[in-house]
Amino acid sequence: MATLELGLDEGVAAAPARRRRRLGPVFWAAAGWMLLVFAVSLFADLLPLPSPTDMDMLERRASFSAAHWLGTDGFGRDELARLIHGARVSLFVGLCAPVISLTIGGALGLLAGYFRGRFETLVVGSMDVLLAFPPLILALAITAYLGQSIPNLTIILGVLGIPAFMRVARAATLTLARREFVIAAEALGASHARILLRELLPNVVLPLLAFFLLGVAVIIVAEGALSFLGLGVPPPTASWGSMIGEGRESLEVAPQLAFLPAIAMFLTVLSFNLVGDTLRALTDPRQASL
Amino acid sequence: MTEAPLLSVEGVAVDLPTARGNLRAVDSVDLSLGAGRTLGIVGESGCGKTMLSRAILQLLPKKAKLSGRVMFDGQDLARCSRETLRKLRARSIAVVFQDPMTSLNPVLTIGTQLMETLQEHLELDASEARKRSVELLAAVGIPAPEQRLAQYPHQLSGGMRQRVAIAIALSCEPKLLIADEPTTALDVTIQAQILDLLAREQKRRHMAMIIITHDLGVVAGRTDEVAVMYAGRLVEHAPTQALFKQMRMPYTEALLAAIPKLETAPHTPLPAISGRPPDPTRPLKGCSFSPRCRYATSRCESEKPQLVASSSPDHRYACFHPIKHDASVGA
Amino acid sequence: MIRQGVTSQLLRVENLVVEYTVGNKIVHAVSGITLEIARGETLGLVGESGCGKSTLGRAVVQLRQAVSGRVLFDGEDLTAMRGEALRKMRRRVQLIFQDPIASLNPRRRIGDIVAEPLVIAGVSDPKERQDRVSEVLNAVGLDPALVMGRLPHEFSGGQCQRICIARALVLNPEFVICDEPVSALDVSIRAQILNLLEEMKARFGLTLLFIAHDLAVVKAVSDRVAVMYLGRICEVGPSEQLFAKPAHPYTALLIEAIPVPDPDIKPAESVAVGEPPSPIAPPSGCRFRTRCPRADQRCASEVPELRPVGTGQYVACHHPLT
Repeated sequence: MATLELGLDEGVAAAPARRRRRLGPVFWAAAGWMLLVFAVSLFADLLPLPSPTDMDMLERRASFSAAHWLGTDGFGRDELARLIHGARVSLFVGLCAPVISLTIGGALGLLAGYFRGRFETLVVGSMDVLLAFPPLILALAITAYLGQSIPNLTIILGVLGIPAFMRVARAATLTLARREFVIAAEALGASHARILLRELLPNVVLPLLAFFLLGVAVIIVAEGALSFLGLGVPPPTASWGSMIGEGRESLEVAPQLAFLPAIAMFLTVLSFNLVGDTLRALTDPRQASL
Repeated sequence: MTEAPLLSVEGVAVDLPTARGNLRAVDSVDLSLGAGRTLGIVGESGCGKTMLSRAILQLLPKKAKLSGRVMFDGQDLARCSRETLRKLRARSIAVVFQDPMTSLNPVLTIGTQLMETLQEHLELDASEARKRSVELLAAVGIPAPEQRLAQYPHQLSGGMRQRVAIAIALSCEPKLLIADEPTTALDVTIQAQILDLLAREQKRRHMAMIIITHDLGVVAGRTDEVAVMYAGRLVEHAPTQALFKQMRMPYTEALLAAIPKLETAPHTPLPAISGRPPDPTRPLKGCSFSPRCRYATSRCESEKPQLVASSSPDHRYACFHPIKHDASVGA
Repeated sequence: MIRQGVTSQLLRVENLVVEYTVGNKIVHAVSGITLEIARGETLGLVGESGCGKSTLGRAVVQLRQAVSGRVLFDGEDLTAMRGEALRKMRRRVQLIFQDPIASLNPRRRIGDIVAEPLVIAGVSDPKERQDRVSEVLNAVGLDPALVMGRLPHEFSGGQCQRICIARALVLNPEFVICDEPVSALDVSIRAQILNLLEEMKARFGLTLLFIAHDLAVVKAVSDRVAVMYLGRICEVGPSEQLFAKPAHPYTALLIEAIPVPDPDIKPAESVAVGEPPSPIAPPSGCRFRTRCPRADQRCASEVPELRPVGTGQYVACHHPLT
């Protein structure tokens, strides 16, 4: 009998230790900022803040004070409150739109990469058409037709992001679909659905999630840009982008009105990128197997 | 004939820092090779043979630490400047790697890659380099060499690509050629052709050659000496005849026995070596092979055997219980 | 353990032709192969890369569509099967692949991987599945308690191959196709896995089709051997006989080219001329003629058929060696 000394016990006990790379201070700072932004946007209503829409025409563009920690904007509204409510909007759109892109784009890419043939050509072709549309015109057209609102904005940005996720999912699926473990599943008589869900999806999900985090960062900026142009979140709702747009007029008098939301957006996007990159490196099974 | 050896590896060790601790890829190897001789380095994956070749070529990964000396033609390569090393490469030491698809640049033509080496190291001008390239391709047995110059690696078969890689390696008349698993990726009929080619060129140019492989059959007929590596250490080194006929290391004996041979009748159980090679990040106190060795005793588990010479000084092995052969005297 | 079945001839491949397109070119991977494997036998299929042996193996289990020809398994034509009948057949025929690590889903645990065939076959009781998985893991020399909860990357190549063998055996198949099962493994592990395959064959009463490019490995486990070149069978016969007295020049060439671990045997200057042609444009007539020292006009115009030469040995050559 061919015996086998496994020697696994010590070997594997060491394995979890090796996955926990040293997460540096930069990672923790980024994670900390992300948590802070999440927390304040979740609990914005519970915080003892003035309303972000209460105008006070006597206190316009006021600088930092006890009543208004970060001052007021052009209409006398509390800047800090607007920043925090703006965080809400950014995060909501920033998370929900990529989720739409991920589910639809990811599914399309997975199916296209697995089934190939005419279906794949159809999917890739339609994605190319979608990409060819100037996104801004598309956004304009839809808001003109359906009206400006946060849900509409989320849907627009979600739809615009589908081709990118489709590409990532398809590329990952193409590499995996010809690997022996998939052929082994076929040889066992597994149905297509089983192969897609049990064999391919768990492997494709990783690069998709990493891309998702990057997508969040991109959407936050995209929402900011649209709102800056007046096409995004309608006033008086605060959004970092619209705050930057409004702050533009007061650059000489009260530059903080434009810079504060810009810094907030910069830090948030940077944190998402840093955390996303680190998580991706950690969960890559190839790295863990030395 | 007591000329100084062309290559002398003295106490070379390679340490790699990994997430799991220090990995001793190569552990104190001493070797020497004279001009015009062929050395085969044999071992399984993870035994350190590739790391050793990288150490000789000074092509180790950045994180690796090299200790010991690599004397080539009187110079210690480990202490040479980058410029000196660069000049030595191709002109004195050349390499042929395992996979010609990745060792050749896929976006450059064969001609460009060949001529580049010639122009760089031999300072030939373009037309001379071109002429020489055609000669080289013909010498390695590539039909229609002029047309090949304009082709890309993917347009050639695996065997052809490896011939091109050999042509590039031989282009500057090196004194030493290191072939790292040169035929592992090729079919057996092509393998024989490539090995013949290497042997022929070596004789013609009086070149020293190191063939690194896991296949004992490859080294049996084509080398002067064979070195066997296990778990980063050199465990046996002998002239080829002596290694196969009078091997001392139980590992060598077990390895030879475990290879299926054409003469054996079908369904004969193979004498397999149980267990697996040790984890290089967790080296054993004693002999690395002891957990799998049928002759192991308690001494083998607690003490590491050093390389000693057997009755003849050029046959070295590292074992407390070497295999005895009738013709041997002393051990 | 000999199984009783409908016929003693478990597998019969008749004139199988498999082609596929690469870009706009057609690759003639398998061009009219006829083979038989008796119950309880091991047929070795040997050939170099590009000869179509892997494609043949996959075509037999219907993972590749054949252009024409039939595959009869226990009397039933697999090429005509669809749907549920095909899925039922898959439980009786299993496949083991060359790269053991790539054959396992890196994100699933070993216990799940080995239990997968049972789930697909409809074994709903988790306890029954677990018992069966433990049984088969023990059979291949792995301790279920240590192995079931882990991921593939924690194991070596040899251990992964054992897991693949366990997965192939968990449904108690009758026929296993081994596609280069030891080529990716270290020399000292190869012998372990070959011994294991022999043991599993005896214990589970298997019939094997063993595909490899290494003649010595093939001979070690096979009763009969078939030699393939560029989509066609050159020669087939009992192992000992075939290697002792090869009738086809290609077989002789392969035998000569093997590096023998014996320094007294000087490697002959290779008789091999040139490179194997591409399966996209195979030579007319006998496909080996471009590299054969015995080729003549007839070889270019007439395709040689398999003819008997010696007991149980067949060769497809106009000028066989014997």
